[in-house]
Amino acid sequence: MSTVAAISTGQAAGGIGIVRISGEDALSVADRIFKSVSGKKLKDLKGYTAAYGKVYADGNEIDEAVALVFKAPKSYTGEDVVEISCHGGLLVTKQTLRAALSAGAAAAEPGEFTKRAFLNGKMDLTSAEAVMSIIGAKSENAKSAALNALDGALYRKINAVSSSLKKTAAQMAAWVDYPDDEIEDLSDENLSGVLLGCKKELGELISRFDIGQAVIEGVDTVIIGRPNVGKSALMNMLTGCEKSIVTSVAGTTRDIVEETVSLGGAVLRLADTAGLHETGDAVEKIGVDRTKKKAERAALILAVFDYSEKLTQEDEAIIEICKGKNAVAVINKTDLKRKIETEKITSRFNGTVFISAKEQAGLTELEKELERALGTAEFDTSAASLMNERQYSCCKLAEESVNEALEALRSGVTRDAVNVSIDCAIEKLDVLTGERATESVVNEIFSRFCVGK
Amino acid sequence: MEYFAKEYDVAVIGAGHAGVEAALASARLGVKTVVFAINLDSVGNMPCNPSIGGTSKGHLVREVDALGGEMGKAADKTQIQTRMLNRGKGPAVHSLRAQIDRREYSKYIKHVLELQENLDLKQAEIVDIRKTADGKWQLKTMLEAVYTAQCVVLATGTFLGGRIYIGETSFESGPDGMFPATKLSESLKKLNIPLRRFKTGTPPRVNRRSIDFSVLEKQVGDETETSFSFESEAPPENKSFCYIAYTNDETKKVILENLDRSPMYSGKIEGIGPRYCPSFEDKIVRFPDKPRHQFFIEPCGLDTEEMYLQGMSSSLPEEVQLKFLKTIKGFENAEVMRTAYAIEYDCVDPLALKPSLEFLDLEGLFGAGQFNGSSGYEEAAAQGIIAGINAALKVKGEEAFILDRASSYIGTLIDDLVTKGCMDPYRMMTSRSEYRLLLRQDNADLRLTPYGYKLGLISEKRYGAFLDKVNKIDAEKRRAEETTIHMSDELQNLLVSLGTTPLEKGVKLAELLKRPQLSYADLAPFDSERPDLPAEIFEQVETELKYEGYIKRQQAQINEMRRLEVKTLPEDIDYNGIDGLRLEAREKLTKIRPHSVGQASRISGVSPSDISVLLIYLSKTGR
Repeated sequence: MSTVAAISTGQAAGGIGIVRISGEDALSVADRIFKSVSGKKLKDLKGYTAAYGKVYADGNEIDEAVALVFKAPKSYTGEDVVEISCHGGLLVTKQTLRAALSAGAAAAEPGEFTKRAFLNGKMDLTSAEAVMSIIGAKSENAKSAALNALDGALYRKINAVSSSLKKTAAQMAAWVDYPDDEIEDLSDENLSGVLLGCKKELGELISRFDIGQAVIEGVDTVIIGRPNVGKSALMNMLTGCEKSIVTSVAGTTRDIVEETVSLGGAVLRLADTAGLHETGDAVEKIGVDRTKKKAERAALILAVFDYSEKLTQEDEAIIEICKGKNAVAVINKTDLKRKIETEKITSRFNGTVFISAKEQAGLTELEKELERALGTAEFDTSAASLMNERQYSCCKLAEESVNEALEALRSGVTRDAVNVSIDCAIEKLDVLTGERATESVVNEIFSRFCVGK
Repeated sequence: MEYFAKEYDVAVIGAGHAGVEAALASARLGVKTVVFAINLDSVGNMPCNPSIGGTSKGHLVREVDALGGEMGKAADKTQIQTRMLNRGKGPAVHSLRAQIDRREYSKYIKHVLELQENLDLKQAEIVDIRKTADGKWQLKTMLEAVYTAQCVVLATGTFLGGRIYIGETSFESGPDGMFPATKLSESLKKLNIPLRRFKTGTPPRVNRRSIDFSVLEKQVGDETETSFSFESEAPPENKSFCYIAYTNDETKKVILENLDRSPMYSGKIEGIGPRYCPSFEDKIVRFPDKPRHQFFIEPCGLDTEEMYLQGMSSSLPEEVQLKFLKTIKGFENAEVMRTAYAIEYDCVDPLALKPSLEFLDLEGLFGAGQFNGSSGYEEAAAQGIIAGINAALKVKGEEAFILDRASSYIGTLIDDLVTKGCMDPYRMMTSRSEYRLLLRQDNADLRLTPYGYKLGLISEKRYGAFLDKVNKIDAEKRRAEETTIHMSDELQNLLVSLGTTPLEKGVKLAELLKRPQLSYADLAPFDSERPDLPAEIFEQVETELKYEGYIKRQQAQINEMRRLEVKTLPEDIDYNGIDGLRLEAREKLTKIRPHSVGQASRISGVSPSDISVLLIYLSKTGR
């Protein structure tokens, strides 16, 4: 059976989130996204053992986690199972799931783990009934959610893509099933035009998913800067209260302080960090390391600089950390005399904002800049967006099939293979909207072509 | 006065393409079988196209052949032209189609039935079917003879309650002017069989001498001809031509002016017609912008001048048919020999059937062919052989033989019928099979011969030849994977000229064959050790290599699908008593009573969570 993954803890914010991966390739999928501290591969571990390590997505570390290994048949589903316990809350758990999905797992349907447990003759029946009643309730919710989605923009968008694929598939099917009728073959250009169009639409939905998540779920934001540039003051300005201890002694903020604010059309999950500078102080050292790491995995960085001082080596280090990341430069203390070399900042950041935290000036400009950096300026909440990982996964799979069709076309494989790849894409989209593929293609043939004896 | 005539194990009602395969399969499995036809001159008749095969239908013929059926052999013996359709569109959709001498075909089939051990062929109209106290079926003929049988296959085609419509005229009739079966429907209704009305139609036949072929396009057969049957030895040869003609604005005008005289448009016909096989007036109405429609002129045989006009089916009055026909270039002087007609008939809602084609509620009663809501000779034969096999297996007390969707077009066809039902006569199409890259007509024997052999419908001799073929394919595939093709200027030039990248070093033959641009034939000069093998061996190896990635993916989908397919659902299951099933699922499951969890999962209205509930139920009850 194919390998599936899902978040098996609740969707509410909480301390620990568990991503469960089950199936033949569960261990190798997990090994692709999880590296244990000991260096041991999960597939080499015995069942019922745990490993401590880190979760990676696209080569970037996203969280520290514990992976629990179950070997078939001694697991919930009776298959090889890895459960990854993440500490970073819902967003990190979701990122872990997505890493597992792109590492080869498919998104589990509601009830899938239980279904597998049964297929593999594995499951305490009393508890099974309890589980199923919960799943039953869940799928009712999922159903009403899907019904809402059916009226909405997403449905229309998916439908548009799906019907252009169906038209193409129907044309190809008619061309094949009625060889003597006057049905023209689609030209390569025509076919790739349609496919590229669908690829673009799906690609937009997929990329909008992240923005949508930022709007709905919040985006991990970190405030960094060398000591005493006003990071905590900025945080307080954003949150409107004194959360971090603000003093002029460098290194006062040792722990990362988190706060959630709504700004720039998105929810920012703000973290104020210890000032970034190399220090001999052991306690301070840990804070700096954590800052670096936190900055590495944040979706948005607010890098704070001091308007009244020349750029230092530490500032340069900050600029270095921000390289290639979604970062906004915030130059604080405009109430003082300028000494900073402004152009050195503006030339290296996509966006720069001047503020005075002390005088509470520059907030509007900052907000505008955040909208731009997060893409929320153009984000229309009524426009089509993917609402959950399942929809995201369906879209990704459909996009993959469209890519396969394009590749088949490019390499000169016969049309039957191209057609089957298109059918696959339609099927994935139909799974998303709840329709059936082959029937709809057949219906399309009859409504569009004059065929038969 | 009724009299007892004879006892059989299996009785087949109807000797069309479904009845013929059902009767032969049953008799060949060693049970005493009888097949009834209203008219013995209608056995294996082709009341419509004088052709067999075509897209996806060609697949069905070859699958029936691999199971030991007769249609492919009969077609090979009586064909007068063959064409492999869809060449260049990919191996999955290649389809063989043959023009058939229809009288010869019918003669051949009738003789095969007459010669078959364990089989009696009788001319009789069955007027009543009833169950006796000991669970056997009794069939009564119009002449009062009573036959008993343990199993009965209904293969009544368009004879059952048949009514022909031509313009304002309508009369009770079977196809081709045969008597209809007028009484059997009443008897079936008494058994609570859900009957409904479908309709189909056929075009006019015109005397060849009255057509001006000089203004028509000629359609010739393939240069190298192909047989349907994997057992046919002598390759067939082309003996005739088809032609293509086009309608025009004038034709359209005549049709539109007389539309009110069509029984379809005046509301006289209640039956539902096939979408894919519309009448000519339907085409004009549905596609008003199309300036012309093409149609085909096909010979009905070698020793007849009757020509069949494929694409011209109509139920307009005879007078109007003659009028619109004469507007067509080449048909100005056309002499119509048989008038086109629409025919309405009784058939069953196939949701009342199991995948074995036995009725859910009537033990020992099976349905096949048009009676089950399908259309087409090949679809009929495919169901016929399965119904015949299962009737015989039932008599022998053995488990039913069911082909799943992943095994064949036959399995796909039957699964569609008994799981989704049909709202109009069902025609097979390649797009109906999600596994079509695997289910090709070229490998029908590789897929199904082992089943045919195991059932006892394939001879030892044929099975030996089959195993030999399998071994040769394996050996050649291994050779292709192990043989290195070395670089040479000639090879590089060839690669470039065929539009594919030149080599950097020598590669395995298999690697080169994977390239879409290269064929076995292209590489012959560079493959000196190549053994002398039949073309079909190279064809298999090349296809398997070229489509390896796609085939693997489809195979993975199939493996996934089959896990649920082997979980059978008991027939006496009470879906209303299972907690957790949604209402819609309960209703659908109760009606269709799926054979397996896999079949249940394909019913529209049954969701993944319903399936989980079913699995729990099964496990809980220990079944």
